[in-house]
Amino acid sequence: MAKLELRQLSKQFSTTLAVDDVSLTVDDGELVCLLGPSGSGKSTVLRMIGGFELPTAGAVLIDGQDVTRVPPEKRPTGMVFQSHALWSHMTVFGNIAFGLRLRRLPADEIRQRVEAVLELVGLGGYGKRQPNQLSGGQQQRVALARSLVLEPKILLLDEPFASLDQHLRERLREEVRDIQQRVGITTLFVTHGQDEALALADRIVVMRDGKVEQVDRPEVVYREPRTPFVAGFIGQMNLVDGDIRNGRIEAAGMSVATPLADGRAILAVRPEFLELGSATAADAPVAHRVIDYGTHLMVDITVKDNAERLKAMAPANSGWKAGDRLTLRPREVAVYREGVVAHRAVVTPESSPAPVESAHV
Amino acid sequence: MTDTSLTATAAPRLSRRIDWPGIGFAAFLSLVILVPLLVVAIWAFTEVWRYPSILPQKFGLRFWGATLGRNDVWSALSTSVLLATTVTALSTAICLPAAFAFARLNFPGRNIFFLSFLTVHAFPKFGLYVTIATIFLGLGLVGTFWGVVLIQLVSTLMFMVWIPVAAFQGVDRRLEEAARDVGASPARVFFYITLPQALPAIIAAVLLTFVGTFYETEGAWLIGAPTVRTMPLVMITFINSEVVVQYGAVLSVVLWVPSFILMLFARRFLGPQALGRGLGA
Repeated sequence: MAKLELRQLSKQFSTTLAVDDVSLTVDDGELVCLLGPSGSGKSTVLRMIGGFELPTAGAVLIDGQDVTRVPPEKRPTGMVFQSHALWSHMTVFGNIAFGLRLRRLPADEIRQRVEAVLELVGLGGYGKRQPNQLSGGQQQRVALARSLVLEPKILLLDEPFASLDQHLRERLREEVRDIQQRVGITTLFVTHGQDEALALADRIVVMRDGKVEQVDRPEVVYREPRTPFVAGFIGQMNLVDGDIRNGRIEAAGMSVATPLADGRAILAVRPEFLELGSATAADAPVAHRVIDYGTHLMVDITVKDNAERLKAMAPANSGWKAGDRLTLRPREVAVYREGVVAHRAVVTPESSPAPVESAHV
Repeated sequence: MTDTSLTATAAPRLSRRIDWPGIGFAAFLSLVILVPLLVVAIWAFTEVWRYPSILPQKFGLRFWGATLGRNDVWSALSTSVLLATTVTALSTAICLPAAFAFARLNFPGRNIFFLSFLTVHAFPKFGLYVTIATIFLGLGLVGTFWGVVLIQLVSTLMFMVWIPVAAFQGVDRRLEEAARDVGASPARVFFYITLPQALPAIIAAVLLTFVGTFYETEGAWLIGAPTVRTMPLVMITFINSEVVVQYGAVLSVVLWVPSFILMLFARRFLGPQALGRGLGA
């Protein structure tokens, strides 16, 4: 159906560079999430694809056709806005039918298509309502239907669930994924919620300060984050400054073998890969606080008199309490140097290091 | 519509406790607003009403016949309606595009132009009118219908620019972008989305302009008198020259009718929030 290609897109707003040299290819039927903190430029990328912002440099191609300078009304894209942006002076039916009426389709066909799309989003029979008579979730579904009814080549979703509560967000997220796969529409989804991206996306684009940090499948972004920023933004990650000396990195009371040259580096350990043991030494790391989540314990650890804070995930029955002295045994680590991953390793229980992958950049 | 259902559910709970301050406030307002109106309305249907009695000694429609039988009243009424319609139409044609430009475009001197609409109301208007009148005298506009139209336009400009500007600014840009997104050209976006969204406040501004022009006296008197006679001018001559109160009272009731009809009409378009939204609240 449709393939989207971004070629070195940049957007400058007066003095700030909102989007900086972003390139990306989205395949037919793929759902790609743009993930990043607010101000990372992800919405601006989406608005440039929709035609609402003109790129300062670069090009947007849909099915190989350059649409960079095509106005939004002539683009084969459909956008769902964060604020749903329904027209309050029209009924639900009127909102969805508006685009079809502009295309001068016969009334019969308009009615059929609107009713079909209302069924698709689970709002059959709601056509006569006014938008303000619907709940937030229903309004967002109408907005989705309004875009889908025109059968766009590319569907753009700009944080569509940000204003909804957690439960509704999770339900709608699954529905959107369902609909997207049934219709098979190429979709770009902007979000600042990592769980949303992990749950929805075929691929995740992590953005920061207008630049792309990493593009990968969700499990790769989580397990093999390329930069410390991605590591810290997706899931929880202990990132501690350390020193490499004679083939070992020492950081916050942990020691792991690494083939890297001596010097400063960042050691990264996920809480679930930080194993705890009892210690007696007076200067051992201390459990500062223990939170029981039912399925597991989350242990806040202070190392060296508050100089470092770490988190570790422990089994629910492990029985750690605040004040316990601990030993820290990282099981899987990554070492970052100059902003990118330099070495990744699984540490075997005997604490003899076994490198899995080694990347020098 | 959600509002009505809300009040419907809230009403039974409220009725259990009597809201004395609210009743007192309503009573005070009724006294101040309704009593003068009531006195005028009673006078209009009175034939004899002498001092000590609280109600008139004799009711009757004699003065209605006398007032409405006069040719000058009918010609003044048609002049007033024609004037108010012309001024409102012209004002709308001039001000709405200007308001859209102020709200959405960024041109040099935008703020100064915008404020200039306020300055008309910042100084005593009569002084301005006298100055304009001397210019009109040279142009031969004094005593003509179009002279009155022009002078009345001046005082309508502020409402007709400021309220629609706020209304246009209040329309969420995302609504317009969503319309562009489904295939509407900028012109269609304006007519199908922006204008309907801003319409309640614009209707409020148009009604204010019509009613304001209908009752406008100073400009009409200065430029129009004695050839162009509007309803307020006829009323002034009645009050000045005739001792009989009823003529004025009957005319008051007659003059009240158009604004009452407009307000009824306005209720169809304006929720209580619409005017406030138009004024930027």
